[in-house]
Amino acid sequence: MKLGFLVDLNLCMGCKGCEVACKVENEVPLGSWRLRVKYIDIGTFPDTSRSFTPLRCNHCENAPCERICPVSALHYLENGIVNVDSSRCIGCAGCMMACPYGAIYMDPETNTADKCTYCAHRIESGMMPACVVVCPVQANIFGDVEDDTSHISQYIMEHQGAVQVRKPEKHTNPKHYYVGGGTQTLDPLAQQRLEGYNLFNNITHLKHVGNPNHGVIDRFLEPFEAEEKLDNRSFIDFDNHESEGGH
Amino acid sequence: MVEHGIHATQAVVTLDVALPGIIWGWMITLNMWAKSVGTGVILVGAFLLYRHKKEEMPNLRWTMPLISFVFLNIFLLFTLTDLHHPYRMVNIFLHPHWTSAITVGAWMASLFTALITVMLIIGVGEELPGVPFKGCKLTAWGSKNGKLYDKIFPFVVFLAFPVTMYTAIIMAESSARELWQAPAEVMQMIWAALLAGSAGLIFVSGKWSKEARHDLALVLAIATLFSFLMYMGEYFFSFKSSEAEATLAYVHSGGAYNTEFWFGMVLGFVIPFFLAVSNMKSDNKTLLRFAALLALIGLYMAKDVWLKIPQMLPLS
Repeated sequence: MKLGFLVDLNLCMGCKGCEVACKVENEVPLGSWRLRVKYIDIGTFPDTSRSFTPLRCNHCENAPCERICPVSALHYLENGIVNVDSSRCIGCAGCMMACPYGAIYMDPETNTADKCTYCAHRIESGMMPACVVVCPVQANIFGDVEDDTSHISQYIMEHQGAVQVRKPEKHTNPKHYYVGGGTQTLDPLAQQRLEGYNLFNNITHLKHVGNPNHGVIDRFLEPFEAEEKLDNRSFIDFDNHESEGGH
Repeated sequence: MVEHGIHATQAVVTLDVALPGIIWGWMITLNMWAKSVGTGVILVGAFLLYRHKKEEMPNLRWTMPLISFVFLNIFLLFTLTDLHHPYRMVNIFLHPHWTSAITVGAWMASLFTALITVMLIIGVGEELPGVPFKGCKLTAWGSKNGKLYDKIFPFVVFLAFPVTMYTAIIMAESSARELWQAPAEVMQMIWAALLAGSAGLIFVSGKWSKEARHDLALVLAIATLFSFLMYMGEYFFSFKSSEAEATLAYVHSGGAYNTEFWFGMVLGFVIPFFLAVSNMKSDNKTLLRFAALLALIGLYMAKDVWLKIPQMLPLS
């Protein structure tokens, strides 16, 4: 069994339902995302179009994150999922440097690497990943790519020639496919990512990795300290933090 | 006009989450830099011992392991400090994953540091009686085991090569940062070690023979020259992939780190090269130490830029 994911970008309408479902299901802290939907505008007015690209871990067959992890915190499950054992992670961020898709983040609550696991806990119980269930247009298709009769296998066969993966030149053999994508939607180098306020939000970058309130000394003192109270606001450290809502 | 509209016809990201910035920062730079010094003094020290008699370098037997010990501990400290869970470092030894260069490197560096510690104890025990205090059992043991020093030294020299080079393998495994996926990285690490090692030993070479200091200046000159040439080659001619090209194009265009890069090149490689070459003719200790200091500062800057710039590229 080799579980795979396919997103039909022709169907995706950018509702971000999958993004929200993922955060709720996996209790992903504010400021971190296992799955995100990026809006990309193409063309000049009035001939413009907007495309939506959901981005998550590609669960590569030849995963660079698994290879570089010094303690096997990132490991393969039998069904092909690249899983994370946060209790073993040492927080070296090697996986973040290795993943060509930028799919791994440092969880600010646990200060360990985390990412999409295709909702491995749900799969184990015979359920579909949260993002698949919530998608109103069934743009997310999930299943066994080794089973010729599975929905995903048949979808791939039906759309031969139009199925793409991100960065195939990396030889990671991603198990995450796109239909209806193109260079402008799948290649970040073909997009302008101008920092600053854009149409909807502030395009910016995180100024920290992990918990912004977890300094070098805190890392050493952590085992001896009482558990600190964290709320979602603890993890916000964007450029617009001070002037949120003011622009 | 169409050409004026081309810029606007490109795809523009209009809604996205905040992406991570620099993930491996100054602590990793310091880590790599300190490791270069820690391994480099052993490599250069071995070269000098091959070329000259021990008597020409009277303090080398204890200063070499001392410098190495200090800088290896700086390297290990910042390796540990950069981890978000420093105490879990023990997992590398309890649950090693051998495909990871981080694991292999941690094991080798730990063994290397242990051997250097033994050499330091013996070196201090033999050469500096009464240090750190009278009646110290450790150095007393060291003073009686001088032969052990000579036995483990060849193995330490052999181990210094992979210890200095393994960071290049980590960088090669960091497949998201294409700028580092270059065979030149391995050579960069070796040149950095020779540069840092010769610079480190220059500071303690005041009472050495002229010939030994001449060789130190020669190693520094060669290491700075080749480091400079390799950086220039990578910076201007090594456009291997679209991501590496995009990274370097940003620095070329005067973006962030452009100034630091050129400061590193001139301060760390060009000026020390000429100072070292001139010192090979006229033995000026002060000038040579100045060259060594500049080389160490420049090496840090060059490593810092090379570490950070590919991390500025959005991966998705």
